Amino acid sequence: MSLLVQKQEATAALLDGVSVPAGASWITSIRDAAMARVVDNGLPHRRDEYWKYTRPDTLTAQDPVPAPVFDSGEAPMFDEIDRLKVVFVDGIFDADQSDALEGEGFTIECLSDVAQKDIHWAKDLYGQLEAKGQDPVERPLASLNTALAEDGIVIHVTGKVSRPVSFIYKHEDENSDAILHHVVKMEEGTSFTLLENGPAAARFNTVLEVDVPDNAEFHHVRAQGRDHDRRAATHMFARLGTESVFKCFTVTVNGVLTRNECVLELTGDDAVAHVAGACVGDGEFSHDDTVFITHDAVNCESRQVFKKVLRNGATGVFQGKILVKPDAQKTDGYQMSQSLLLDDDSQFLAKPELEIYADDVACSHGSTSGAIDEEGLFYLRARGVPKDIATDLMTLAFLAEAVEEIEDEALADCILTRLEGWLERRRG
Amino acid sequence: MLEIKGLKVKLEDEDKQILKGVDLKVEAGKVHAIMGPNGSGKSTLSYVLSGRDGYEVTDGEATLDGEDLLDMEPEERAAEGLFLAFQYPVEIPGVSNMTFLRTAVNAQRKARDEEELSATDFLKDIRAKAKTLKIDADMLKRPVNMGFSGGEKKRNEILQMAMLEPKMCILDETDSGLDVDAMKLVSEGVNALRDEGRGFLVITHYQRLLDHIKPDVVHIMADGRIVKTGGPELALEVENNGYADILAETA
Repeated sequence: MSLLVQKQEATAALLDGVSVPAGASWITSIRDAAMARVVDNGLPHRRDEYWKYTRPDTLTAQDPVPAPVFDSGEAPMFDEIDRLKVVFVDGIFDADQSDALEGEGFTIECLSDVAQKDIHWAKDLYGQLEAKGQDPVERPLASLNTALAEDGIVIHVTGKVSRPVSFIYKHEDENSDAILHHVVKMEEGTSFTLLENGPAAARFNTVLEVDVPDNAEFHHVRAQGRDHDRRAATHMFARLGTESVFKCFTVTVNGVLTRNECVLELTGDDAVAHVAGACVGDGEFSHDDTVFITHDAVNCESRQVFKKVLRNGATGVFQGKILVKPDAQKTDGYQMSQSLLLDDDSQFLAKPELEIYADDVACSHGSTSGAIDEEGLFYLRARGVPKDIATDLMTLAFLAEAVEEIEDEALADCILTRLEGWLERRRG
Repeated sequence: MLEIKGLKVKLEDEDKQILKGVDLKVEAGKVHAIMGPNGSGKSTLSYVLSGRDGYEVTDGEATLDGEDLLDMEPEERAAEGLFLAFQYPVEIPGVSNMTFLRTAVNAQRKARDEEELSATDFLKDIRAKAKTLKIDADMLKRPVNMGFSGGEKKRNEILQMAMLEPKMCILDETDSGLDVDAMKLVSEGVNALRDEGRGFLVITHYQRLLDHIKPDVVHIMADGRIVKTGGPELALEVENNGYADILAETA
């Protein structure tokens, strides 16, 4: 039996009796089409090329593996940042804990409301970038999300918005299985910052679709929650227009399994896309960044910077691809993935890919795995810095190169403080 | 202050004896210089004293004010007051010079049960000391030694010494890679720290550094031993005649 047939049969069995949520006809047809994609492609299998390093079985199983709720005792992320708070508890929007859904320069609605409206602009975006992002690499968990998500946030940006919107994902039920689908549609020349943080659920599947048209600027900073046993498959799909900017950063601290996919398409000239991430894992920790950036316009820049600190058998995965289409001349593509392995048990698996059909481009990539620099460590110790603190200092310095990709200093500080705290708790 | 008795050291991974019985005593307030040809073991002595990995002490002892140095971790030796100015200061990407120094100063204070310096006191102190060494604000902000010239790196070493106020300073070929002006600046920095309570061990190939940092005692090291000890005139003898005569006479 071929792998595809095997996957299709397993998926059909799993989805037997599952139907898409009720809603207006436009969204029902989008959900049905997404469900058809899932059934046609089958859910991910460990023999799939892009799932070789991360086992998908707990993400595709009928039920989530329970994840005890973890109280870190830390101040909530982004606490000191002025922002519009949108709270989800185990994947369900919580109006009482959230701010009023309103703000200057944008409209914000819940998907659950939008899905009931007979006419809504979201019909041209919801599930559309996700569907497009299936080619040439399938992302069945994202299609499953489009088909089944009942909740999420739908934002229409009409101006330059300075105050970020912040999704806060609380995890209270150790068996929760959350699916959220967010959509951000920006108008030309607008700007917007989205923050996300929290563990969300025992198992979390998200899709974020962002349409960044000409001269628009989108920033995204995300902190994935600290619950040790949580699992997450996240997907970001964005289309970039002429002279637009898209910058995202994700910090991941703990979490037994994380798969972050980012699929970007640069369709307008002079667009800029930056994708960065830092993660720290200790013990049972598998973290996978899978990035696919398509250059389909002239003089665009894309930049990927990923740093992973791994110890006690933690695993880091990086699968990053830059595809430069024939007419995407003057492309400037950069890709860097590095890991700091704090012991011999940890591993970093990297698969950088460049596929270039234009002849006048500059693309570079680098991937490294290494231990703490012994020379530097001795230098610090010779100045009186104890070994554990010296190690932390050098580890943080390693991570800081990725955190520096965040433009907003206050947000970058939030991330660094979180990383510092994580290292401090593991001293000794 | 620093007392070394019969110190024998080999490489950890190789059966190669580097120090073959070094005896040395540096008193508080004094500047001792060690000169010697390449491969005589001068730098090894500085590394062993500061606790670098890769060496095995097979015999002998080294104490600082009676405390056994060889038994301590590098950071403990530093907190005891031992300081090594590196021949090749290490570049540390991502760690700012300022953060590095504040962490070091406060770690030492903490190890000695002293109160940590407040951010403002530290800033005041470092700015004043940096100024005399012509180290500007930008160099303080930059990652440790990253993109520093040879002279800047050595000045940075002396700044660290000034901030940490050790009682025993070892300078390992601090003159290497310095032009005349830089050597003068660095030497002035060192001389400013000369003090009754502080000992210096200056390791160098050349006499010229000793024109600026005047030693009280000069030792000649060869093949893992100190073969001759004398006053400042010994350095001049080396400068004029090379090591050959001295080595021949002690062989």
